[in-house]
Amino acid sequence: MFNAGWTSQTTHMILAAYVAVGAIIAGTHAWMLRRYPGSEFHRKALGLGLAMGVVAAALQPLSGDFSARYVANNQRAKFAALEGQFKTEQHAPLRIGGWPDTDAGQTRYALEIPGGLSFLEYGDFNAEVTGLDAFPREDRPDPRIVHPAFQLMVASGMLLLVVMVWAILTAWRRRGISEYPPLLLALAGVAPLGFLAIEAGWVVTEVGRQPWAIAGVMRTSEAVTRMPNLVVPFAISTMLYLLLASIVIALLVRQLREAPHRAFDGAPPRQEPANV
Amino acid sequence: MFSLENAVAAIMLLALIVYALMAGADFGGGVWDLFARGPRAQAQRELIANTIGPVWEANHVWLIIVVVLLFTGFPAAFAAIMTALNIPLSLMLLGIVLRGCAFAFRSYDLKTYQRQRQWSRLFAISSIYTPVMLGICIGALASGRIRLVNGLPEGGFLVPWVQPFPFAVGALTLALFAFLAAVYLAVEAQDQELREDFRLRALIAAVLVGALAWVCFFLARTEAATIWAGLATRSWSLLFHIATGAAATTAILALYFRRHYLARTAAVLQAGLILIGWGVSQYPFLVGPDITVAQAAAPRITLILLLIALGAGSLLFVPSLYFLLRIFKGPNAFAIVESGLEARASPRHGGEQPPAST
Repeated sequence: MFNAGWTSQTTHMILAAYVAVGAIIAGTHAWMLRRYPGSEFHRKALGLGLAMGVVAAALQPLSGDFSARYVANNQRAKFAALEGQFKTEQHAPLRIGGWPDTDAGQTRYALEIPGGLSFLEYGDFNAEVTGLDAFPREDRPDPRIVHPAFQLMVASGMLLLVVMVWAILTAWRRRGISEYPPLLLALAGVAPLGFLAIEAGWVVTEVGRQPWAIAGVMRTSEAVTRMPNLVVPFAISTMLYLLLASIVIALLVRQLREAPHRAFDGAPPRQEPANV
Repeated sequence: MFSLENAVAAIMLLALIVYALMAGADFGGGVWDLFARGPRAQAQRELIANTIGPVWEANHVWLIIVVVLLFTGFPAAFAAIMTALNIPLSLMLLGIVLRGCAFAFRSYDLKTYQRQRQWSRLFAISSIYTPVMLGICIGALASGRIRLVNGLPEGGFLVPWVQPFPFAVGALTLALFAFLAAVYLAVEAQDQELREDFRLRALIAAVLVGALAWVCFFLARTEAATIWAGLATRSWSLLFHIATGAAATTAILALYFRRHYLARTAAVLQAGLILIGWGVSQYPFLVGPDITVAQAAAPRITLILLLIALGAGSLLFVPSLYFLLRIFKGPNAFAIVESGLEARASPRHGGEQPPAST
């Protein structure tokens, strides 16, 4: 439980949870403010979500850097896959975007910052970064999943941070953001990105550890149950959780519709449903 | 007799007993939700929901402890059980998920009668179905016939559990949970008529538990040889039956004489003894007829760390649980028998709620 990886991963996930929840709260109430301009309730809720989200989102790049250094030093195959680094090389570039072509053994169409990866992870533009080629083919995670998921996670987080900082600056300069439609629209637009980033991050870490269930000790193919037809329980639980997720969303939307849009404006707040 | 693996196995059994006593009663509450009848049907449902509401999520901790202890302390047994009983365990898990969701969704959805009843029905049906699946899994384990060849159950994935004995144990589990729930609800009810409703239900369930226990006992003779040997032929067998029988009789008599706290204590003892009887009879096998507790045990250091973690965790967990129950169940949460005042007080009539106890 307390192995060397837990501090960076745990910090990263806890911050991610605060960012995601802050973003979805701020975004939802920003959307509602467009429909109910001037609603004190939605304005306060937007402020709460934004305040929580922006602090966590600002800390997240630091935590991400901490995580990445850990992975770069301790899980080199995962690191190579998430950066799309096929060849072991000095002066390795930081790749933004791009598609890992496993047949050709290189990442195509990426925006490359020369030496960026070497510098970010080891503080030296000429440091050597281990590539996937250092590992036998059967011990490599698939960069075609891990690299795009990593890019998606980072991009979502960065976009969220930019919009949230924009919102905070606007609030500070204009003394209130609830009458600034483009910003409300932007906040609503980025609302789901926190959760998207969390899911993408889990894909990075879990697909990135393949083919091992326990690194170097047991392969996933050795760990899996001998039971045949595992597609059946997989399909059933996937459908069940899709169903439950849609019910949760429907119930949340219903709660939102019944929110006291005009509360604190003189009208009595509506009766809230009892919680258990 | 004392060894690290026996200690961990005993804690697993203890956690399973507490799960049966606490979460089991929540499942039983679902049964009585479905069978809510008569002029007080709605009041019955409300009492059930209010009784379960604050504690049901905490009660699942006990099952999680059992599962974690099993895979950490006895990985070989865990692999065997999860493979051989994959189908009933998955079905049980489905029930646990649906039941919890139905209960939570109900409180956030529209308060219309129609909508609430739909969630209630899903809650009630999954409350009945889940304990049956749990009982089937326990019955399959108790039958001592789970044998794996090359990592696959001998005879296929149905043979270990589609048998008369596991299904009888499934029915017994359901009856036992319904009995516990009715006894607890009779204590919780503040309204005299409501209390009588659950007293009657508890008496009916008690008879069912007794009958099904005998069915399981006689089926065990041919279907679960180890259990039969434990329950019928060992030196302590008779003593065990006398103790369980005494608890069952006390529960029924206490219900009859409306000593509801005493009935609760006796019902708890009865349920605990039934599970202890199973555990002790099955010992030394964890998954009969091939895997014993000692064979399946994890390395010594794992067991030591596990026991340390359990000790440290309980320092936090036990007081939290105490306060949870003390706050939501009132000053009599842990009363073993009626206090003098309770026993002599004239029964409260009418539907008015007493002041909330703090």
